[in-house]
Amino acid sequence: MPIGKSLRAGFPIFTEKAGLRYLDSAATSQKPASVMEAMSRYYSTSNANPRRGVYSLAQEATEEYERARGRVARFIGAKSEEIVFVRNTTEALNLLSYSMQDMLAKKKNRPVALTRMEHHSNFVPWQQAARRAGAKLAFVPFDAKKRITAGNLGKLAPRPDAPSVLAITHASNVLGTLNDIAGIVRYAHEEWECPVVVDAAQAAPHLPIDVKRLDADFLAFSSHKMLGPTGIGVLYMKEEWRERLPPFMSGGGQIANVGDRTSTWADGPAKFEAGTPDVAGALGLAAAIEYIGRTGMEKIGRHEKKLADRLRRALAGMDDVEVYGPPDGQDCIGVVSFNLAGVHGHDLSGILDRHGVAVRGGHHCAQPLMRMLGVNSTVRASFYLYNDTDDIDALLEGLDEARRIFSRL
Amino acid sequence: MADDKEEIYRQNILDHYRSPRNFKKLKKIDARAEVSNPSCGDRFDVELAIGQDGRIKDIGFSGSGCAISMAAASMLSEQVVGRKAQEVRALDRKFVLDLLGIDPGPSRLRCALLGLETVHKALEKK
Repeated sequence: MPIGKSLRAGFPIFTEKAGLRYLDSAATSQKPASVMEAMSRYYSTSNANPRRGVYSLAQEATEEYERARGRVARFIGAKSEEIVFVRNTTEALNLLSYSMQDMLAKKKNRPVALTRMEHHSNFVPWQQAARRAGAKLAFVPFDAKKRITAGNLGKLAPRPDAPSVLAITHASNVLGTLNDIAGIVRYAHEEWECPVVVDAAQAAPHLPIDVKRLDADFLAFSSHKMLGPTGIGVLYMKEEWRERLPPFMSGGGQIANVGDRTSTWADGPAKFEAGTPDVAGALGLAAAIEYIGRTGMEKIGRHEKKLADRLRRALAGMDDVEVYGPPDGQDCIGVVSFNLAGVHGHDLSGILDRHGVAVRGGHHCAQPLMRMLGVNSTVRASFYLYNDTDDIDALLEGLDEARRIFSRL
Repeated sequence: MADDKEEIYRQNILDHYRSPRNFKKLKKIDARAEVSNPSCGDRFDVELAIGQDGRIKDIGFSGSGCAISMAAASMLSEQVVGRKAQEVRALDRKFVLDLLGIDPGPSRLRCALLGLETVHKALEKK
């Protein structure tokens, strides 16, 4: 399979929007035609409400939906029963923060641990859950390279103040740094005896993930950042936790038996999937995973790293540009955040837009991290498999124009 | 494309961005407010000194923002001094866009109006 600009023909948006230099895949990715076709095919040929009807069409919809679950499970080395479909990463993390409520309250003398590297979606739900439970928050510090390893956990809290839960991102959506999740989980399990919730929204689209190797208790990611549709996401939950945690939402499809005063819950992931699920979305995600599989995840990661390193090198040679995150790009995904001196991120991204370059300018839903970096906003370029050197060239041209405009005084 | 590029970052906008007028803290404050734009993290703090006659005697704004939001707030600050609080309350989006002299486009409209919004909020509480 090819990679880079030769792939663009398979992504209709690059034909619709000729000259688009899309460097905002960390926000959401573009979609290949095969994903949209899979969704459209489902509505045309197999649509019914799954897990309810006995007629054959409903059976077919159920089979399609469960096949998608199996595809997602294989993608991260999990069992089908460990995959809960949700709307997106944010919903997965909110679900957990509410389902863990009783547990957090019971252990309220232990802090809820998180990091200042989190996207708001893995920060605010835990901040609020700790408040509801009457527990304190504790923050895991970064190392000098703005990366988190097991060693940083030791600096947080010695026992007996071990946290009741640790929520941590696999990869920073601003810095691009990859945290050592396997080592972190081992430490949290052995030293704190606490479960670990991993936000894999930025990691799952760009590197192979094996939940057995990571040994994380929970892992969440979104379809829309990995070539799939919006509106569907994944919460991986170790089997033991599926039994221990109560559902967050209740209603249709997630019960075993409903009495007048009490109810019991369905076995399996259905327990956490109240209401008619997004079947077309699940099939779109499965098609996205197949697309990624055909290209090869390692190859995608190498391609992105090559492009990100090229941009980092170009920016490193500019005196008026500050790059956030490790300058050597070691242990990083293809995300590069920077600022041009004297030019606000909003202005720079506006000027880049005139060159067809779509980058994010702002706080990236990571205000605690922005405060640590001492900036209000940065410009972020993020790479995916359809990007190529022409995107970087256009970005650098736009940067020159911003310099020209803002030095006119 | 080449034309509207000149249009947004006009000389006077860049001038106000680089040297914002009334970018200061007041000693005597009769009204103040802080407003941030959650989508980009920009934040303005506006302080007002208001005379017995209900006219704005002085204004100081601080915070950080992009060229559009800084220039709009700076230009607006020059316009409010001497006006009655009631008049300032009535200033609208069109007033600010006319001051700027550009069409910032839908994605930057909020930037252009952040200063006015902060001034209005300060007077609301008054």
